[in-house]
Amino acid sequence: MPAVSMTVNGKAVTADADARTLLVQYLREGLRLTGTHVGCDTSQCGACVVHMNGKAVKACTMFAWQAEGATITTIEGLAQDGKLHPMQEAFRDNHGLQCGFCTPGMIMTAVDMVNRKGNALDDKTIRHELEGNICRCTGYHNIVKSIAAGAKAMA
Amino acid sequence: MYNFTFHRPTGLRQAGNMLGKLEEAKILAGGQTLIPTMKLRLASPTNIIDLNAIEGELSGIELKGRSIVIGAMTRHVDVANSAVVKENLPALAYLAGLVGDPAVRHRGTLGGSIANNDPNADYPAACVGLGATIITTKGKHEADSFFKGLFETALAPDEIITKVSFPLAKKAGYEKFRNQASRFALVGVFASKRGSEIRVAVTGAGSNGVFRVPSFEEALKKRFAPKSLEGLTLPATGMNADIHGSAEYRAHLVGVMARRAVARANEGGGEGEGDE
Amino acid sequence: MSATGIGAAVRRKEDHRFVTGKGQYTDDINRPGQTYIYFVRSPHAHAKIKKIDGAEAKGMPGVVAVLTGADLAADKIGNLICGWAISSKDGSPMKMSAHPAIASEKANHVGDAVAVVIAETLAQAKDAGEKVKIDYEVLPAVADPAKAQAAGAPLIHDVAPNNTIYQWHLGDQKATEAAFKSANHVTKLDIVNNRLVPNAIEPRAALADYDSGNDTLTLWNTSQNPHVARLVIAAFVGMAPEHKLRVIAPDVGGGFGSKIFIYPEEVVCLWASRKVNRPVKWNSDRSEAFLTDAHGRDHVTHAEMAFDAEGRITGLRAKTIANLGAYMSTFSSSVPTYLYATLLSGQYGIPNIYCEVDAVYTNTVPVDAYRGAGRPEATFVVERLVEAGAREMSIDPADLRKKNFIKTFPHQTPVIMAYDAGDYGASLKKAQDLADVKGFAKRKRDSARNGKLRGMGYSTYIEACGIAPSQAVGSLGAGVGLWESAEVRVNPTGSVEVLTGSHSHGQGHETTFAQLVSERLGIPIENVSIVHGDTDKVQFGMGTYGSRSGAVGMTAIVKALDKVEAKAKKVAAFMLEAAEGDIEFKDGKFTVAGTDKAAAFGDVALNAYIAHKFTGAELEPGLKEGAFYDPTNFTFPAGCHICEIEIDPATGESQIVAWTAVDDFGVVINPMIVEGQVHGGIAQGVGQALYEGTVYDKEGQLVTGSYMDYAMPRADYLPSFKVDTTETKCPSNPLGIKGCGEAGAIAAPAAVMNAITDALGTEDIAMPATPAAVWRAIQKHPTRQAAE
Repeated sequence: MPAVSMTVNGKAVTADADARTLLVQYLREGLRLTGTHVGCDTSQCGACVVHMNGKAVKACTMFAWQAEGATITTIEGLAQDGKLHPMQEAFRDNHGLQCGFCTPGMIMTAVDMVNRKGNALDDKTIRHELEGNICRCTGYHNIVKSIAAGAKAMA
Repeated sequence: MYNFTFHRPTGLRQAGNMLGKLEEAKILAGGQTLIPTMKLRLASPTNIIDLNAIEGELSGIELKGRSIVIGAMTRHVDVANSAVVKENLPALAYLAGLVGDPAVRHRGTLGGSIANNDPNADYPAACVGLGATIITTKGKHEADSFFKGLFETALAPDEIITKVSFPLAKKAGYEKFRNQASRFALVGVFASKRGSEIRVAVTGAGSNGVFRVPSFEEALKKRFAPKSLEGLTLPATGMNADIHGSAEYRAHLVGVMARRAVARANEGGGEGEGDE
Repeated sequence: MSATGIGAAVRRKEDHRFVTGKGQYTDDINRPGQTYIYFVRSPHAHAKIKKIDGAEAKGMPGVVAVLTGADLAADKIGNLICGWAISSKDGSPMKMSAHPAIASEKANHVGDAVAVVIAETLAQAKDAGEKVKIDYEVLPAVADPAKAQAAGAPLIHDVAPNNTIYQWHLGDQKATEAAFKSANHVTKLDIVNNRLVPNAIEPRAALADYDSGNDTLTLWNTSQNPHVARLVIAAFVGMAPEHKLRVIAPDVGGGFGSKIFIYPEEVVCLWASRKVNRPVKWNSDRSEAFLTDAHGRDHVTHAEMAFDAEGRITGLRAKTIANLGAYMSTFSSSVPTYLYATLLSGQYGIPNIYCEVDAVYTNTVPVDAYRGAGRPEATFVVERLVEAGAREMSIDPADLRKKNFIKTFPHQTPVIMAYDAGDYGASLKKAQDLADVKGFAKRKRDSARNGKLRGMGYSTYIEACGIAPSQAVGSLGAGVGLWESAEVRVNPTGSVEVLTGSHSHGQGHETTFAQLVSERLGIPIENVSIVHGDTDKVQFGMGTYGSRSGAVGMTAIVKALDKVEAKAKKVAAFMLEAAEGDIEFKDGKFTVAGTDKAAAFGDVALNAYIAHKFTGAELEPGLKEGAFYDPTNFTFPAGCHICEIEIDPATGESQIVAWTAVDDFGVVINPMIVEGQVHGGIAQGVGQALYEGTVYDKEGQLVTGSYMDYAMPRADYLPSFKVDTTETKCPSNPLGIKGCGEAGAIAAPAAVMNAITDALGTEDIAMPATPAAVWRAIQKHPTRQAAE
């Protein structure tokens, strides 16, 4: 199996991956970064969202070798120096999660949303932007609240 | 997923050669359709030819005379956010912003969408609805003759889309009614007016992929307004029917979406406009 | 109320690990030398398995073993069981078929496991799985419950003629018929309660590890009740004795009922691990989940409600066909019987109720409890009948409800349940105010001006939760007791571990249970940790479902805390040189009545362990107590939800524009968490009403087998919710808790459909009310002015 190298959460990493290894498998199985989850096989649930070169992508819909040389940020890389990212803090403050399974993808999507849409996000925008993330626990109410608060806190 | 060999050509010519020569080869552009299909073992290419290494050669958005020319590897997000597109053809930017979801739009490409020709995809409606020209490694195709039914196009086995030229329209609007599960278009209608040329293209509804509606186009020639379409209906024959909607429902929605697309076109064609 | 005690909106203790990606779900766990298993599944709904040839698969790269149902039988691995015995009205027992973990003679639904491949990697296992050659003889199939009993329908199990599992009934048939004969008005509805796929976002998973040195098995799995899984796998499947089998349910990514049951996959992983003497891992993908997770609901019902001239409800009768799928899942038999018909009185004083339920086999995925389980189906019957009745009799639907509300407690219904407390008028009134019901007429006119149809619908629901007293459920056929256990371990330094038999898979027990301990012992919440989900740590437990963890699980903790306090008082008496009877405990301090002598909780804990102040003859050292709690009644959460909806008649698309929920959950431990439970429940109920339809075709193929065809509620399909509570304390437990987990899913479908039918002016529309279905209803009943 060929080795694939990239920068993940600020560290240069190399792991073996055959052609069909998805980025999410590379992260979870190759690097044991199990915070990125898999909730579907049709690229719809968003549990696997990570950032590649600063943009949200679905890690289940990319091959690992496509990220050769790229910079990847996963949920594990969001908190800096032991301090939670404001979006992580906002999810905790606003009960934006229950079982926690969709949460990493939600938070990575939320940070990307703020990067693209700014810090003042209304409910309608947030709900629309969450079209690629499915949560079965929260009814989204508190996720929307969390993202609005997290967006403000990121300013 | 079945295993395969991947190839990363460094130029377009090499990519074309590979596509012609390698057994059961598939082009990988954004991968947002191909990869899920492979995961479900519904596609099993032996060779994958990745165009991402020559993304630079194949992407970009340019205003060329009275057309916007967009590279095949241009991501949906870049079309949706392009100042050039928003200013000159806002309906196209609006449509690109409705494809998939934000993460999918970061990867998915114009060329990939068109080459795949999913009967529920958005871009085929824009191509046909604007009378676009699809430019390939082998020449040019007019949109009207490019889309050949379900997942079929006029592309030769070793032909690769390089760019698409969308003629600017005086008025253009797209209206999409989503399948609530997949969020693909259950019915999407792209309507445009360029001089005396009126186009109404429908995606999602037809049992054979994207199609034009001559009766609607004729009616809109008199006046490009939703009112012109009132009372006009399509027969259910030829419409797709599944658990998400009957042929009658889809035929009905074509009328509704066409009126709304025209209304949106008359209000500029961009986001947040066109609501009746 | 302390900042971290009962009633405080404490931030969840468990969230730090979840928001940083440090949760440990089953698929995040790996064992050295682990193999991967792939289930070869039947592509046919109904087919004889004539021959299985695994030779080619065995020779594929990385393959460790190819196993079949014959191997399973040869190793004497027993069948899966349904643990709740229901008898038919003629007294005959239910017709439970054999349910082998791997089918060997006949596949009975698409997705039925037929063989397994174990390989070094998952990809290799899948590659080889495609090379297992299976010779099927395809048989005619039946998927529609309404057709399963018809003459000539394909017979699925010989043990069950006409595919009928039982023909059960409840209530007084004669008295009910008499009530209908003398009725002034009868409302009739035909109802389909649509089949749902639970879709917890974490797919099911199992990792089995056989330790040949000790001859023990460990199973990590996605379970809501690991002890029940161990019990069934040990006692019925006969995998290993209970003390040789450890089941660990680590972080579990949502359950909603679907992770209660004991499934073929975990049984097969355990067996295979011992067989290949290596760890075996299975992780369902979403497509597999659609074909193997127990589905929910799937009732076909005809229901009638009788009214007298004053609009008082005098009778209710219902005839239901319940689809249990191809096999009887773990608790499936109880759902359309004791969890359904017993709630048909709703919030109303209905003197006569009679319900008949036929449970049938079909060639579909087994059906079992899904959030609410039986109670959403009952609420839907009652609340749709009341609403339709009000419209037919031209009475305001809220007034009709008020007229019929039960107002004195306890109230014995004619269908077993004895409601203990409630104030249904209070929750209705509060909901009406919050929803601005008075302003609805104007909002409806505004919508009409924009070409939209607006409707409003109520759902005043009741549920029976806790799933509770063991003796009562035992008399109704349950194979287990439904108490809960807890153990409180006070450490020498005064910190506390609570071991609970409840299991959290999103409910936040690590926080709410700690709030209870923090308040009771007067110690910081940081000093309390909650341990659950491991049969080697927790002695026994019944798990989490039926909104029971607060009312039953927390009460067990209270009982253990009572014992801890009693023991600690003894220790304190020695320390403070006072009589035990004079020791008082308050705010974390032990004091001697009438003196200023005091000892802090931590000091008492330390003294309990160093045991310097008393002799062994006087007092046993240590501070650790356990308790089992068996409730004396079900709990009866109830409330009122009001849905306001706007329909675009041109497309048939509905948008919920406002949602108001006022629930009476008794005492609330953490309002933030309770609101979250309500939000999630509503979303699932709205999903059932508007989006989620499970479709099988005539051949028994699941048409809605992925998110491409099965519509999940998304963020932009839902509004933000107005959520509030009223409170009548539950008299049957010391905390006064009723439970909140299922309320939203129980209340919501009726509220949505009452709003839709209000907007459309016809009752003739079934769930899910998709745009296509609404449009069709408008075409069929063009009573309203279309907008375009």
